[in-house]
Amino acid sequence: MTAASKPIITMQNITKIYNIGGEEVRALDGASLTIHEGEFVSIIGPSGSGKSTMMNIIGCLDVADEGEYMLDGQSIEQYSEEELARIRNKKIGFIFQSFNLLSRMTAMENVELPLIYQRLPVEARKKKTNAALERVGLTDRGHHKPTELSGGQQQRVAIARALATEPAILLADEPTGNLDTKTGNDIMSLFHELHAAGNTIVLITHSEEVANQAQCRIRIIDGRVTEVE
Amino acid sequence: MFAQSLKMAWSAITSNKMRSFLTMLGIIIGVMSLVVLVSLVNGATGAVTSEIGSLGNDMISVTIRDDKGSPLRLENLAEIASDGAIAQVAPSGTMAATAKNGYSDASVSVNGTTASYYEIQGLELSYGRFIKTTDVDNSSYVVVLSYNAADELFGMDDIVGESISINGRNFQVIGVLAEDTSMMSGMMGGLSVYVPFTVQSRMAGQPYITSLSVAAANDTDTAQTAVENYLLKRFQQDEDAFTISNMSSISDAMGTITSTLSLLLGGIAAISLLVGGIGIMNIMLVSVTERTKEIGIRKAIGAGRKSIMMQFLIEALMVSLLGCIFGLLLSWGILSLVTMIAGSISFSMSLGVVGVAVGFSSCIGLIFGLYPANKAARKHPIEALRYEG
Repeated sequence: MTAASKPIITMQNITKIYNIGGEEVRALDGASLTIHEGEFVSIIGPSGSGKSTMMNIIGCLDVADEGEYMLDGQSIEQYSEEELARIRNKKIGFIFQSFNLLSRMTAMENVELPLIYQRLPVEARKKKTNAALERVGLTDRGHHKPTELSGGQQQRVAIARALATEPAILLADEPTGNLDTKTGNDIMSLFHELHAAGNTIVLITHSEEVANQAQCRIRIIDGRVTEVE
Repeated sequence: MFAQSLKMAWSAITSNKMRSFLTMLGIIIGVMSLVVLVSLVNGATGAVTSEIGSLGNDMISVTIRDDKGSPLRLENLAEIASDGAIAQVAPSGTMAATAKNGYSDASVSVNGTTASYYEIQGLELSYGRFIKTTDVDNSSYVVVLSYNAADELFGMDDIVGESISINGRNFQVIGVLAEDTSMMSGMMGGLSVYVPFTVQSRMAGQPYITSLSVAAANDTDTAQTAVENYLLKRFQQDEDAFTISNMSSISDAMGTITSTLSLLLGGIAAISLLVGGIGIMNIMLVSVTERTKEIGIRKAIGAGRKSIMMQFLIEALMVSLLGCIFGLLLSWGILSLVTMIAGSISFSMSLGVVGVAVGFSSCIGLIFGLYPANKAARKHPIEALRYEG
């Protein structure tokens, strides 16, 4: 971490309250954290600690009730759903535990989808799609459907989809959770490569082993950031 | 973006062909009933109207019911014909009789008339001549047979110079009309023969004219007014003493009936289209629920409400328009088949009814797609992503 790099994510006293069965649950309770450009950060916490809520807020799927959140120099406030969608499209590359590829489309079409929502012209889309697929080493698998690919390959397609828009951060939620150890390690080494290439990566996990591979760990317990190492 | 939405809709529709087809079936049947029913009515109307037109639109028929003590005689017709608006006038007395040729006989309807009847009615001769004024003046026992009557009595139509007997009196055949292939003559049926008015009135014991045909010189309406005025004057201004009608008033009435009929049938067909639309909405709602996860993924990677809304709306529209196209193709097939079977009448789809079908189907696709599409667009991304179904 160099002092010169600018912060990509800044959270100040983020609080998110859910009402479950008439009872107020503070999923996040005054959490603050800063992530700089080019960092590889893991957010670790047991289930129920509020790390999913943290991911939703970082990923602009949800907005905080209180506190300030700056993403890539832009303050995310009470935006409308339409505006949040646009921010997600441009700034966030999601990578999910269950890959979340669209089964009816080929790998290439899946990678192309966020670019379609950016309304890019065809040539630009093709170029970016091919570049992203090449980046994850699946150039020859572009015309296969997700069901014809192995778990590891599916996750690579998902990573290519996240990379295609050249987002500010890659937000990975338990990316190795559905994979066997060896494939999981392959995916982790892909993350290391991407990190080395300058991507900012936020990895959310409950596994110490996975979390330890990151450059920096943020621990969440009971909705609070307790530890940054 | 729009092209991409079309592509996505197409792949969604083709990914479940059976379901898409069944959904379309409602629209297919709706469009088919709309187009086929309306085209059938229009085709039949066209055929009937042209039949009526061929009978002569400028012909006016008059029937006298009460002569008020001053009955019309043959010589009065000249008074009517002297009006500038009227070209020709002919009486037509009718009676039923039995015609005989040797051993073959037939029930015929005997028309007593004059020479001008030929032109007023637009008749056509294939052999011989029609009744002449001298035949009427001399009360000659001559007869002109319709083709059907000649065929019935002689089995042939080249029979000028032969003789037949009508109600026991001997008549010389002077002419045979050409075969009338029109639908109207088929509908009216019967065998007609034509004799001089003077002969017929003597046989029927009815010396006065009770029915006549008038041909207009130029305008049918002016001619009709002229005849009406003459008759009103003669029958003490009693409008109920006679009835007067012309072919254009008949074809107008016909037009009103058929346009009402096609509106009624079209309306019934439109209801079935509406039911088809409900089918689309039903399946779209199921599809939205099934694809909750997909909606969540799309939203996570940056699809806004508008994009999702458009995707599902286009899908609904595409289903209904595809149904419409299939419906139109099937209608075209059915109409060609009916035309082939019907023979004389040709049924074709008018551009108007095709336009109505396409317009109505797109409206239905839009209206019934709106609610499911909106439901899809409003799904919360986090909940949609978490959906496992």
